[in-house]
Amino acid sequence: MIRVGIDVGGTNTDAVIMERAQVVHWVKTPTTVDIMGGVLKALELVLGESGLSPERIGAVMIGTTHFTNAIVQRRDLAPTAAIRLGLPATQALPPMVDWPEDLRRALGEHIYLAHGGFEFDGRPISPLDPLELRKIAEDIKAKGVRNVAISAVFSPINPKIEVEAARIVREVIPDAQITLSSEIGRIGLLERENAAILNASLQDLGYKIVRAFSQALRDAGISAPFYLTQNDGTLMSADFAEKFPVLTIASGPTNSMRGAAFLSGIKEAIVVDVGGTTTDVGALHHGFPREASIAVEVGGVRTNFRMPDMFSLGLGGGSIVQQDPLKIGPESVGFRLTEEAWVFGGGTLTATDIAVAAGMAEVGDAQRVQGLDPTFVEAAVERMQQMIADAVDRMLLSPEPIPVIVVGGGSILVRDKVGNLPTIKPDHYPVANAVGAAIAQISGEVDRVYALANIPREKALEEARREAKQRAVEAGADPSTVEIVEVEDVPLAYLPGNATRIRVKAVGDLRLA
Amino acid sequence: MRRTWKLNDADLDALTIGAAILGTGGGGNPYLGKLRARALLRQGYAVRILPFDALEDDDVVVSVGGIGAPVVGIEKIEKGDECYLAMRALEAYTRCRATALIPAEVGGSNSIEPLIAAAYANLPVVDADGMGRAFPEVQMCTYFIYGARPYPAALADEKGNTVILGKVQDMYWLEKLARTVAVDMGAAAGFALPPMRGEEVRRTAVPHTLTQALGLGRAVLEARARRKNPIERVLEVAKGVLLFAGKVVNVQHRIEKGFARGQVRIEGVEGFKGSSLVLEIQNENLIARRDGEVVATVPDLITVLDLETAEPITTETVRYGFRVAVLGLPAHLRLKTPRALEVVGPRAFGYDLDYRPLEGRV
Repeated sequence: MIRVGIDVGGTNTDAVIMERAQVVHWVKTPTTVDIMGGVLKALELVLGESGLSPERIGAVMIGTTHFTNAIVQRRDLAPTAAIRLGLPATQALPPMVDWPEDLRRALGEHIYLAHGGFEFDGRPISPLDPLELRKIAEDIKAKGVRNVAISAVFSPINPKIEVEAARIVREVIPDAQITLSSEIGRIGLLERENAAILNASLQDLGYKIVRAFSQALRDAGISAPFYLTQNDGTLMSADFAEKFPVLTIASGPTNSMRGAAFLSGIKEAIVVDVGGTTTDVGALHHGFPREASIAVEVGGVRTNFRMPDMFSLGLGGGSIVQQDPLKIGPESVGFRLTEEAWVFGGGTLTATDIAVAAGMAEVGDAQRVQGLDPTFVEAAVERMQQMIADAVDRMLLSPEPIPVIVVGGGSILVRDKVGNLPTIKPDHYPVANAVGAAIAQISGEVDRVYALANIPREKALEEARREAKQRAVEAGADPSTVEIVEVEDVPLAYLPGNATRIRVKAVGDLRLA
Repeated sequence: MRRTWKLNDADLDALTIGAAILGTGGGGNPYLGKLRARALLRQGYAVRILPFDALEDDDVVVSVGGIGAPVVGIEKIEKGDECYLAMRALEAYTRCRATALIPAEVGGSNSIEPLIAAAYANLPVVDADGMGRAFPEVQMCTYFIYGARPYPAALADEKGNTVILGKVQDMYWLEKLARTVAVDMGAAAGFALPPMRGEEVRRTAVPHTLTQALGLGRAVLEARARRKNPIERVLEVAKGVLLFAGKVVNVQHRIEKGFARGQVRIEGVEGFKGSSLVLEIQNENLIARRDGEVVATVPDLITVLDLETAEPITTETVRYGFRVAVLGLPAHLRLKTPRALEVVGPRAFGYDLDYRPLEGRV
């Protein structure tokens, strides 16, 4: 089976063709302002150069920054209503209470509190009030809003009340686009609700982007299905992505770490991904990125997504270099590198120019950097090595030596040792992220609190496993390959009846028609 | 007019950091509490602090705080007036009016709860508390250790239910019965402790702890803004000791008798390279052993901060790979008398160790 992996980054759009576990061909092109232009160009280039017929492609996997950018830049977000079920509890902090002012305004501040929700042990806090919900829905309709996020207290234990509320809202607003918090997030009301609201606000863009990708693939002559990568390194189908665009956020770093593990065959390592503007440093454990466990902010909003534990520093191939005093980054010329860097005839001195001057890379016209003072070049190279070594040191867990896998287009900035650790630049290192997208699997996850007084632990675990597998299949996994990869069973302090929080994740291979 | 001063918006940021430092890894995350207090200030409510030495003998002081499970706190967010309602229920039962509120526990989220109830009630909050840090159970309050009567007390939930514990045999029964009621209320409730006279508070409370938390938080924020080392500033302000600096290499958690117990192992960096430190945890950090030797024990404060930013790290969020500083801060004298050590010393938590003050170890 032949797969195409695409990674849309802030600087470059990469495409890679893979046949089973082999990289057949790859290209790297600058990301365009309209994004789709760059995607189409990458596809045309990679197909043209490899001579592969588009009909032979079985699937296309895409990692994109579209949705992250929309949130960070507050663009293309639909007016969105937030309905929370939990009264009389939770009034102290209504939805979006800790959002940045501009983002809250971008969504229109349509905030509603209603009755409903559950206690930790599944008892209702208060019954759902259909009349109250109907009035809220009518108000939302009168405002011309059709994107709605619904969250209920402890809905990860029992999502039924959110489903029922959605049914009532749909009776009033038949074309409502509704996101339920239980479909997206985990325990932690504000964070889960935030993710649901962001998702609802991205629905229109999700629809547009999925259509646009589909068009770009058709234009390139590809009729195979396509998938988007999510932040845990797994895939979702185009239909699913249209419904849950928020899950694509921050998928880039995960893809490059998974790609680094795949290309190097190393499962325990530090990965240094040097891009055009930033360098991301993370740790691989059993071939997967180590996850951050603290709240992750997206565009100033707290979420509880599973994201890789990364340390980012403002150093990349496009980082702007000042000579006196020596300063490298965090400002970057980004995707204008091929116009603005000295070696490309531009007038801005960048980290890439330093690497060329030091003989570490052959890019552009080396003549143009010959005039640089060698002492200065050496000092700048040293500074970059030190910046990366410090970042790697932060992620190291033990004094034992561990390999450092260097990937990404800016890898030319790194010498063969980081501190005293050996570096490995695997084949195809510049497109590790697109490779990571191409090899991604499909997952399903459950995170729920069970009162073991009501249900035996074994049964609770079994239920969670079954549901996680089912979610993976619904997301597009081949049922015969789905297996449970993570089980977390955390007893909760101070709760009686042996309350326990069970989190299960299932992963399987992509199901192909 | 009483001699009080008002807490402002910026103070809340400092207070939450300071309260988390004094929380020694427990006490719950004060983030949601800070958001709630901020919302109240913006609605025009005032949060006033009463200096410890401005307490009058015949003041009627009620200690309030949240009781429940931390995981419920982040999911079933409070209605907002639970502690206030518990306080009012207690007033109705005892037929006396509170003249001031006071925290039971300055460490963690319970530093903020009394501020919110006091804003609703238009009462000041005494600059003191009953722990000077965080502890897992209510009998560990100095009020009770030094003889305050453990009844009557009241609980209230968001639905408007209130429960009075009219008579309990001792402070252990108070903890047990209040915990049971709180669980039935959904494992999150407002809790008001028996009214105390001003004179009694002066005799039993740990003084000046709100200003201490504020001072610690301000020191961290100022050091960050001026790009100075915030850990050093915390040590200066709290007269503490840097016990260790290193990377977390192992975290073990388990639940025993409702307590989150565990161990955290840290490998040294910088001046501590080659050494390792093990923390014993029961909701809070209780014992620190460096290369096998005990270097600090409860009730002295063992607090874990991010090595760069001095952001406090709780026992729930600490994990593999964190780069941390472990600080020992001396507990207040009222936690270190023989009487107090019976309730909050190492043996009270099941460790076969005598308490030796931090100051005597260095």
